[in-house]
Amino acid sequence: MSSVAFIVIAILTLAAALAAATLPKLIHAALCFALSFVGVAAFYFLLGAEFVGLVQIFVYVGAVAVLIVFTILLTRHDVEKDHGFNWSGVAVTLAVFAGLIWAVLKSGNLAPTAAPVAPLTVKQIGELLMTDYVWPLQCVGVLLTAALIGALVLVLEEKR
Amino acid sequence: MSDWIVSHLWLIPALPLIMSLGILALASRNAAAGLAIVGQAVALILSLAAFVATLATPGYRVFHNFTWFTFGEQALRLGLVLDPLAAVMLVMITLVSLCIFVFSVGYMAADQNFTRFFAYLSFFSAAMLGVVIANSLLLLFVCWELVGLASYLLIGFWIHRPSAAAAAKKAFITTRIGDIGFFLAILWLYGRSGTLLFYDGGNGALEKAGLVTLGASATFVALLIFCGAVGKSGQFPLHVWLPDAMEGPTPVSALIHAATMVAAGVFLVARVYPIFSSGAINGVTAPLTVVVWIGVVTALISALIALAQADIKRILAYSTVSQLGLMMVSLGVGGVAAGIMHLLAHGFFKALLFLGSGSIIHGCHEEQDIRRMGGLRGLMPVTFLTYAIGMMALSGVPLFFSGAWTKEEILHATSLWSPSRVPHYLMLAGVVLTALYMTRQMVYVFFGERRAAAQHAHESPPVMTGPLVVLAFCAIIFSVVLTPAWPWLHDYLSGERAHYDLSQLIQPGLYLALALVALGIGLGVLFYRGSGASDPLEHAQPALFRFLANRMWLDEFYDGTILLFARFAARLSDFLDRYFWDGLVRLFAGIGQLFAGLTKSFDERAINAGVNDATGAARGLGRVLSGWQSGQVQTYLSAIALGMLALLLFYAWLT
Amino acid sequence: MTPTLQFFLIVSAALFCIGLLAALSRRHAIFILIGIEMMLAAAGLNFIAFWRFGPRPAPPTGVMVTIFAIAIAAAEAAVGLALVIAVYRHYRTTNVDQLDHLKG
Repeated sequence: MSSVAFIVIAILTLAAALAAATLPKLIHAALCFALSFVGVAAFYFLLGAEFVGLVQIFVYVGAVAVLIVFTILLTRHDVEKDHGFNWSGVAVTLAVFAGLIWAVLKSGNLAPTAAPVAPLTVKQIGELLMTDYVWPLQCVGVLLTAALIGALVLVLEEKR
Repeated sequence: MSDWIVSHLWLIPALPLIMSLGILALASRNAAAGLAIVGQAVALILSLAAFVATLATPGYRVFHNFTWFTFGEQALRLGLVLDPLAAVMLVMITLVSLCIFVFSVGYMAADQNFTRFFAYLSFFSAAMLGVVIANSLLLLFVCWELVGLASYLLIGFWIHRPSAAAAAKKAFITTRIGDIGFFLAILWLYGRSGTLLFYDGGNGALEKAGLVTLGASATFVALLIFCGAVGKSGQFPLHVWLPDAMEGPTPVSALIHAATMVAAGVFLVARVYPIFSSGAINGVTAPLTVVVWIGVVTALISALIALAQADIKRILAYSTVSQLGLMMVSLGVGGVAAGIMHLLAHGFFKALLFLGSGSIIHGCHEEQDIRRMGGLRGLMPVTFLTYAIGMMALSGVPLFFSGAWTKEEILHATSLWSPSRVPHYLMLAGVVLTALYMTRQMVYVFFGERRAAAQHAHESPPVMTGPLVVLAFCAIIFSVVLTPAWPWLHDYLSGERAHYDLSQLIQPGLYLALALVALGIGLGVLFYRGSGASDPLEHAQPALFRFLANRMWLDEFYDGTILLFARFAARLSDFLDRYFWDGLVRLFAGIGQLFAGLTKSFDERAINAGVNDATGAARGLGRVLSGWQSGQVQTYLSAIALGMLALLLFYAWLT
Repeated sequence: MTPTLQFFLIVSAALFCIGLLAALSRRHAIFILIGIEMMLAAAGLNFIAFWRFGPRPAPPTGVMVTIFAIAIAAAEAAVGLALVIAVYRHYRTTNVDQLDHLKG
């Protein structure tokens, strides 16, 4: 039964992603983009990484997708359509996909069954963040601060 | 004292040389004469000191050799020697030079180039003194050539006169021809015996060991050295420069052609006499025979020519040539001491005669033709008296005049020569001729009526007549040391102890010579007295006279043969040089230019083009590469994706 | 039947390639950013899959990395979108074909 769920979620995610990639209208594409991330989050839940899944929804769907919608709003010039389609990109993509699949399939038997899940609680994650991963945490904090300031600077109005 | 002078022998030629350089540096008239005379006087004093030193022992010989430079294993050594021969020559040269220097102060007073004259005179004196004291054939040759150079400068002293320049050139080239032989002799000698030093403590070229090493080639070496002497002493056939050399000022003629330079040739033969006489059979060797015959021919020819000359100095010039021939004869027959004694005596009285002729020329206002003089006896008494003394010495009037004794010695030596008596008879004829032409000159100049220039003649100033008196005095006094009764000089030169022998005065040969001299003078007076300006010989034998007056056409003969060849060779060389060598040089230049052109075109086309193409290729590549920078972000991203794929495949394939 | 690791790997590969497609073949700048975000999400999925199918007891590395990756992706998205706005203000276009001033 769980495999069916996986497959359905997989199809949903991929279809939404494909839609996001190919839809001509920007807003539609942005919304499908948000939907595909919801699917990814579902994967996370099913795989036992609940916290990650929640974070995924908060950040990606709640922040990034909204950001994208705002940006679309701010950069409306003509009709918010995207002109043109670049077919060479498709060729490259197919090649990369083929390569990746070949690599995956070639690698043989990779842990066919999943072991019983030992849940990773939020408490544990918090403890880990403050002990083993305190440095990356601080760095990410600095990074976020810099990104914030940078973004602000970038969109400041130019002085006349 | 004697040690000091012996070790400082080099001072004697060095002093006049320094004076010469000093005169050239200072370039002041008064200083010129003063420096020259002082230098010469000091050299005279030093020479006298050296002479005194050689009186110590009979056969005195002191030498001092030093190394000039070394090349590899061999060293070239030079040296100075002091022996009786060198000592008497030193005294004679310095004394005669001093008299001539003083005379020149008066004679050249009116000349513009007074300073240059004295510089050259000092230089000549220095070179001549160097010849005399040289102990090495090479050093002698070096000084020999310097003497030749000095004579060239002095003969051609009046540079604005083309005849003087031509005469100087002729003198230099003629002596140079002789010097070629001399130089070959040096090379041969060095090659055979390995040394050019005369005396070297047993190893010298003139000493026994050296002569043995030389062996049979001594003949050739001697003959080649004699070539040099022939040139320098004006022997036949290289005598032609001497009469022309009268173009120089009279003091020059006196110095060079009476006392010193021409004496160098005779001195040379005397100096290297051991080589000449090596391997002698009964005192006769091939070189010595050659010397005798050439001397005989020279003496006779020039005496005959002197009979027909009209220039006062030319007569004396030919007389010099004749006397030198006589000296060579003497050396050749073995009378070395006799020959040197005659050389010394000749130095004094010939210089006296030349200076006297200078005084006459000066008094007659630069007139030199004897046919335009006459009766100067009353007008120029001092000159007349001293000239007469010189003439008598030259002719060989006995008792008080030195020439007689020396001539008698020579005749005596020739009479003892084994191969032939012909030189003896011919020299007897020479004695007659000598007396004859000197009497002719005396009669023409001092006796008879006053012709042309003689009418306004005046006596010369004391600065000129003083030296005349001194030399006349020397000519007389010298006879004292020459008498056969007390042959002091003869023994001194031969290295024997002097002995006193009155019996020598009673030699039949002596009286024969006296008779011949009297004959000559008598004939002279007879022929030429009262003849006036025209020559009686000319009347009697016009063809013969013309032959003699034109110097036996020898100069013209040389001109027609050797000089013609020389001119042809010069033109040929010029032609070759202009067209052949020049063409070759141009050819090489053309080749060089061709190469330059090739290099240039190669450089331009190959290298430049190559560089251009390379840069073009780089530029093209750059253009291509920059074309890839499309500025399109998606292109970049595609490239990254493809690169990632390639990497992935590579890693997957590896594992 | 639980899906195998390969299933997840294939899914994440497909998601990655779709993201690449979006980045390479659309002309609008925002689409490129969307594509990039999708690629990052695919990578996170890969991490969690490996964590899940890895050895037991599992080190929490996979989860932690994914958390950080998400945070960084968010920061990058913010900056990227700010860039797009700035570029739009300057050049009045979001068509990346026209943003080729670095051509050379």
